[in-house]
Amino acid sequence: MTNWIDIGALDDIPPRGARVVRTAHGCVAIFRTGDDQVFALDDRCPHKGGPLSEGIVHGASVTCPLHNWVFSLETGLAQGADEGSVPSYSARVDSGRILIDAAQLSGQLSDRSAA
Amino acid sequence: MKQRLVVIGAGMASGRALEHLFAADRDGWDVTLFNAEPRGNYNRIMLSPVLSGEKAFPEIVTHDDTWYEENGVTCRFGEKVTHIDRAAKTVTGETGAPLAYDKLLVATGSNPFIIPLPGHDLDGVIAYRDLEDTNAMIQAAARPGSKAVVIGGGLLGLEAAAGLKLRGMDVTVVHLMGHLMERQLDEAAGYLLRKALVDRGINVLCSSNSKQILGRDGKVTALMLEDGTELPCDILVMAVGIRPNTGLAAEAGLATGRGIHVDDHMLTSDPDVLAVGECVEHNGAIFGLVAPLYDQARVAAQTLLGEPAHFVPREVSTKLKVTGCDLFSAGDFGDGDDREDIVFRDPARGVYKRLILRDNKIIGAVMYGDTADSSWFFGLMKDEEDIAEMRETLIFGPAYQGGDPLDPTAAVAALPADAEICGCNGVSKGDIVAAIQGGANDLAAVRATTKASGSCGTCTGLVEQVLGVTLGDDFVIPAAQSICGCSDHSHEDIRRLIKSRELKSQAAVWQELAWKTRDGCHTCRPAINYYLLADWPLEYQDDPQSRFINERKHANIQKDGTFSVVPRMFGGMTTSDELRAIADAADKYDVPTIHVTGGQRIDLLGVKGEDLPAIWADLNRAGMVSGHAYSKGLRTVKTCVGKDHCRFGTRDSSGLGIKLEQTLWGAWSPHKFKLAVSGCPRNCAEATCKDLGVICVDSGYQIGVGGAAGMDLKQTEPLAQVASEQEAIDITIAFYQLYRETAKYLDRPYKWIAKVGLDWVKERVIDDLDMRQALIDRFAISQSVYQKDPWAEHAKDRAETYQPVADLTLQAAE
Ligand SMILES: Cc1cc2nc3c(=O)[nH]c(=O)nc-3n(C[C@H](O)[C@H](O)[C@H](O)COP(=O)(O)OP(=O)(O)OC[C@H]3O[C@@H](n4cnc5c(N)ncnc54)[C@H](O)[C@@H]3O)c2cc1C
Ligand code: HEM
Ligand code: HEM
Ligand code: SF4
Ligand code: FES
Repeated sequence: MTNWIDIGALDDIPPRGARVVRTAHGCVAIFRTGDDQVFALDDRCPHKGGPLSEGIVHGASVTCPLHNWVFSLETGLAQGADEGSVPSYSARVDSGRILIDAAQLSGQLSDRSAA
Repeated sequence: MKQRLVVIGAGMASGRALEHLFAADRDGWDVTLFNAEPRGNYNRIMLSPVLSGEKAFPEIVTHDDTWYEENGVTCRFGEKVTHIDRAAKTVTGETGAPLAYDKLLVATGSNPFIIPLPGHDLDGVIAYRDLEDTNAMIQAAARPGSKAVVIGGGLLGLEAAAGLKLRGMDVTVVHLMGHLMERQLDEAAGYLLRKALVDRGINVLCSSNSKQILGRDGKVTALMLEDGTELPCDILVMAVGIRPNTGLAAEAGLATGRGIHVDDHMLTSDPDVLAVGECVEHNGAIFGLVAPLYDQARVAAQTLLGEPAHFVPREVSTKLKVTGCDLFSAGDFGDGDDREDIVFRDPARGVYKRLILRDNKIIGAVMYGDTADSSWFFGLMKDEEDIAEMRETLIFGPAYQGGDPLDPTAAVAALPADAEICGCNGVSKGDIVAAIQGGANDLAAVRATTKASGSCGTCTGLVEQVLGVTLGDDFVIPAAQSICGCSDHSHEDIRRLIKSRELKSQAAVWQELAWKTRDGCHTCRPAINYYLLADWPLEYQDDPQSRFINERKHANIQKDGTFSVVPRMFGGMTTSDELRAIADAADKYDVPTIHVTGGQRIDLLGVKGEDLPAIWADLNRAGMVSGHAYSKGLRTVKTCVGKDHCRFGTRDSSGLGIKLEQTLWGAWSPHKFKLAVSGCPRNCAEATCKDLGVICVDSGYQIGVGGAAGMDLKQTEPLAQVASEQEAIDITIAFYQLYRETAKYLDRPYKWIAKVGLDWVKERVIDDLDMRQALIDRFAISQSVYQKDPWAEHAKDRAETYQPVADLTLQAAE
């Protein structure tokens, strides 16, 4: 089941940039790519907690600002030699508004808090 | 028995002829060399850099005493030959008895033409031909406030004017024709040249006819024009043309016309008398540039040696030796029904290129502002190549020709042999190919044999491509040093291509340089963003999304994701008001840590990302701007208090530090750039381990560069010692700009200097005053865009982006 909620306008995020959404369980980074796709990932690098929203967005990837780990925005998986993954959530653009799936958000987060 | 050769005139042509002669047969000749000038052969062309102060006379001497001695030449310098007796085969100098010859070489050059205006014989009216003229100009310029008038807006006149201006004179050029250098340039290029000279403060009067030279007590005081205007002057330089110097030869009964008649072997009407240089006339043509004279010299030497050789006149091209005025002209550019033009203009950069075509061949070329492709066009013109196939893109140069424009090797393969590859050392593609064929089969070997890429190194990629083209599959162009996985190009290639192909946007770089990824990655994109903004400050718009977080948020991200805030304190000076504002900000935003940095700044650590715009606004209100403590750009200028307080201080070191920081702040560079100024050699400000450090001494300012105190520890190397504060500032700016323009991204100055060589830097920043000024001017253009406080901008326009886009803390629990 999905629960799409509107978190803001696409133009609130610069192309190849990110902003965060504050949630009860920590910040989620919303990325906008050069070709206007949006992705949502936890704003916490699995390596040493770097804020991914502050990284450089290239193609459909982001590079963590602290130690340059690169993550796929589509899967949340670390690329190259590094191993790790970042929880990711469904996000989409509709009529210039960004929607994320709140159900998944709370689901994932509660999964994680249960773990 | 040795043959007796007498040479009249020790100039550029005869000097080259003797070199060829001795190279082939050093012992066969007994040479006596007369010269009216009291010295041997020097590079006359380089009198202009001597005049402007860019070179000293000893640097332009071609043959010194040792050379003449080693080759057994009897020198009779300062002695004019007054008579040739062809029947007796002797020549007579001003002193001494007639001297017998077996062969005679006449190389008397030409005489400057002096317009016989009333007053032309006044003291202070000079031509521009030899060292004496040059020294007379230098002396006149030494008097403060002195004025010069130059009659003649051709090559010589303009070089004289530019040199005199550099020496501080007030200079006016009076030119008869409607535009400058009308024999080499069309009107449009003449206009751009005039504009460039006027920008340098030279007055240029075209379509102006001189009427009379005015004087007092036998000395020139002014030039009066036809329309009655008087131009006051202390010297008047006439540079209106030259006449072949044929008097001596004509008197001896040799056939002469405008010049001394010579045949293809450089023989005059007397088979024992040869002539070369500007004094000759060959098939009705006379000469005024050295390239054909060098050919004549070779032919004359071969004729003397009994080898068959023919002089074939070649196309000549002209370049003006005024640094910063890049112009090129070759061939025929008059109008005509049978001709077509291809014209390219870029008004913003002051670039004009025009090719003149007839029957699909280039017959003339005029370029101003960007002459990079001139050797390629000149080659097509000399070879009379049919250009029909590439007509559409011809004007854009070789990089756009020859099949797939994305393959840099194809562009290199298309270059003609005389295309210049290494600009520093003047090495052509042909030289490199010859070296490769001679066994130099890698970069190091080519560098060792030709010097190509040995200086600034930006042509390394090109040299490798020549290796690749020449050796084919035997040579694998090293890919290891490519910028990152997104591209096969090296940083050096990319910098060069961004400039030469005028790539002014990221999209252009991705497209034209065949990027393999959509929009780069965290390694290449910040570098490309920097190269673009450094090379095209007015055209390219800085892209924050291509910057590392520190530069994007104008604050240093810390281990825990909070930020540090460092306000700028120019020259390490502050006030009680600033300190109070900093303390207030620290309290208001719960700053946990306050630290005094190594660069004499106060660092507020642990500021939350969303508080940044607010704390910046508070600091802005107290008059402080960003300290750029996070940037690859100008960081800090650290100073000691200097002579205002310190009993050892020799000068106002903190004052200089403040001025430097006020000039430089806000600029981006390949890596961070830190400076320091110490008031005396005790060096409290630790200037000797900075990227650039100044130590004040009694006699002036010692400037050192390339220090480091990080992972590498390095002491600065001396760049210059200068007397005035202004010059110290100028050199600092020029050095910084040269670094900004040519270094690889993330190379600190010491690494960059290790690659290009300190001498290379000195030539541009210290020795060549025009280049220094050009660097300063370009820095000023860049600063007009980039010297602004990012804090103020962000606090005002972008504060919102520092907040979460949404707060779901209430909904998420659901
Ligand atoms: C300031 C300046 C800038 C120039 N810039 C350029 C340039 O950028 N590019 C270019 O291609 N060309 C340039 N030229 C032109 C170039 O210098 C000449 O084409 C070249 O020097 C001519 O060589 P030459 O051997 O024929 O004559 P010269 O080099 O003039 O030598 C002739 C010598 O003969 C001596 N002589 C004359 N009569 C007698 C006599 N009776 N007895 C004994 N000695 C005698 C003279 O004193 C002189 O030293 C420039 C010239 C000047 C003056
Ligand atoms: C008349 C006596 C002195 C006065 C008024 C004086 C004043 C100062 C001041 C104001 C500074 C700080 C300048 C700055 O950092 O901007 C300073 C720094 C310094 N002084 Fe003195 N000083 C005096 C004597 C000395 C003596 C005798 C020594 C050493 C033998 C000395 C060594 C230093 C050193 C090493 C520093 C640099 C400290 C640093 O690294 O910042 N001073 N002095
Ligand atoms: C008001 C300013 C200053 C005064 C009056 C001052 C005075 C002095 C004095 C008296 C000495 C002792 C010299 C000696 O006896 O050999 C000294 C040495 C020194 N000062 Fe300064 N100083 C001043 C500023 C500075 C500053 C700002 C620095 C560095 C930041 C500095 C760095 C040094 C150093 C490193 C020495 C030791 C040099 C040596 O021993 O050769 N001084 N200074
Ligand atoms: S780059 Fe330097 S070493 Fe090469 S050409 Fe240019 S100028 Fe040479
Ligand atoms: S914290 Fe992200 S790479 Fe180290």
